[in-house]
Amino acid sequence: MNSLKYLYAAYIATWLIHAVYLGSMVRSYTRLRQQLKELGNGEK
Amino acid sequence: MKRAFPILAVLTAILLSYALYEALMVAPTERTMGDVQRIFYYHVPSAWTAFLLFFTNLVASVVYLIRRNPVADAVAVVTAEVGVVFCTVVLVTGPIWARPVWGIWWTWDVRLTSTLVLWLIYVSYLILRRFSDSAQTPVLAAALAVFGALDVPLVYFSIWFFRTQHPQPVIGGGGSIDPRMLRVLMINWLAFSCFAFLICWSRYRLERLRREVEEAQALESLLGSGDVSTKATVPPNRSRQ
Repeated sequence: MNSLKYLYAAYIATWLIHAVYLGSMVRSYTRLRQQLKELGNGEK
Repeated sequence: MKRAFPILAVLTAILLSYALYEALMVAPTERTMGDVQRIFYYHVPSAWTAFLLFFTNLVASVVYLIRRNPVADAVAVVTAEVGVVFCTVVLVTGPIWARPVWGIWWTWDVRLTSTLVLWLIYVSYLILRRFSDSAQTPVLAAALAVFGALDVPLVYFSIWFFRTQHPQPVIGGGGSIDPRMLRVLMINWLAFSCFAFLICWSRYRLERLRREVEEAQALESLLGSGDVSTKATVPPNRSRQ
């Protein structure tokens, strides 16, 4: 059974899903830090 | 605590690398399925980790319903979201394994369908958290989480009680597993559990930051409207994804 391509596809898909999620977390973190900074400046 | 995170991250990266090596190089090749069976070392630990996260979500939701504790609410959001990510891995890797072994990507049998329903329930939970502006949202979400968690045992035990195309459970059920494969499976589960814990930790910090921003925005809008005598009334448990 030529199954190596399915094996690699499954492992790559797993890490791709985690990478996309971690990327979305980093984007959210950057945006929130920026918002907090702007709110801090607004108070001054 | 600040130093613990990078140390744990490095250890988890090493453990994940070792688990990958064990899965690809050390675990014996299954006689009938061949190398595609090695998907099992990512598919099963991801499923167990998702179950663990959904169970944590259930506990946190019950605690929130009883005590209205904002920390429990934040833990519930975090575990639901990370659980959905791991459940997505299960739903993607399963069909990739099924195609060469069964000859089909998907079949509507009890295990597969109940797993899809579980994923849909928790995606609904996250959509509710993301788009509802009501102050009652955390309570509604917690109630939904309690009902959603009922699907977890149904998914797990479906292959015990129903005739299904899905393979039998390898631990405690009718199936059996080579001890060397079991060892690699457990190493991978440990690695994915540590990885999930790290993601939850980061996501919890993000959730706290999000609530901080929301409270600061609410306070600013109150001060901007000149209503300085009123305290910020944004419930501390309000969250948005």
